[in-house]
Amino acid sequence: MTDVHAAVETADGPPDYFEVLVAALRELLVAKGLIGADEVRAMVETLDAHGPTIGAGLVARAWADPDFTARLLDDATAVVEQSGIDNYDDTRFIVLEQTPQVHNLVVCTLCSCYPRPLLGLPPDRYKSRPYRSRAVREPRAVLAEFGTRVPEDVRIRVHDSTANMRYLVMPMRPAGTEGWSEQQLADLVTRDSMIGVSTARRP
Amino acid sequence: MTARFGVGERVRIATRDAPGHVRTPVYVRGHVGVVERVLPVFLDPEQEAYGVNSGVGIRLYRVRIPQATLWPDYRGNADDVLELEVYEHWLEPAEEDPR
Repeated sequence: MTDVHAAVETADGPPDYFEVLVAALRELLVAKGLIGADEVRAMVETLDAHGPTIGAGLVARAWADPDFTARLLDDATAVVEQSGIDNYDDTRFIVLEQTPQVHNLVVCTLCSCYPRPLLGLPPDRYKSRPYRSRAVREPRAVLAEFGTRVPEDVRIRVHDSTANMRYLVMPMRPAGTEGWSEQQLADLVTRDSMIGVSTARRP
Repeated sequence: MTARFGVGERVRIATRDAPGHVRTPVYVRGHVGVVERVLPVFLDPEQEAYGVNSGVGIRLYRVRIPQATLWPDYRGNADDVLELEVYEHWLEPAEEDPR
């Protein structure tokens, strides 16, 4: 019989090659005084402080304000910086608008480029080889696996973030949300809907 | 720095092997697309990756390629497209339509 009072297993397995490499590099950089341990910790805190609610706030505001939508589509980087969002690594953004005629999907086939200041760290499946290779080649099949059926007559634009720009998808505002506050609207905007693999929640 | 290509211009992505930190995926090399938008000038990542952090700036473009020309067995709307960022030194003018 299982001992319910047994210690919870918390130890990690032995580190793999890349974990050893990262630790060695970090220790060398600190030992040589190129970066401080406190800087590493501060960067981790910054990364942890960013998540999908930031992007959802932008989308909700855009849903509520057509002028804001226009500015976001025209120059998202400027809007992000004017909105008081900490663009901690000087990322350049492009916002892509879902419409009844066009469905946008974002991928990074080369690595894991992602709009981190707006969405936080990418989910593991975004970085997985199957997603990266299949999103560009059979986007409709990939979307269907996420439960997103894009009608045949809707055009799909797949965006491979290969270089300096980072992409945020603005999902369509669900019906039945007239008069909702920005906070209520933001709760409908999921992380996946801002990558383009799904739509916003329905009220 | 003046952009060599404008929006709507046809461009062919170069076919060449290049070692190092290259941001042009193999699957688009040799394909023809049109410039979707002109982006700013950025440091060349192929040099930046080797510690060359100043000097050479290269114009970046967003290029739109029809999915049907990328994948012979593509299934979907004939107007489906793939868009990606390509640096100017990977682009050359193209006369013909994407195919």
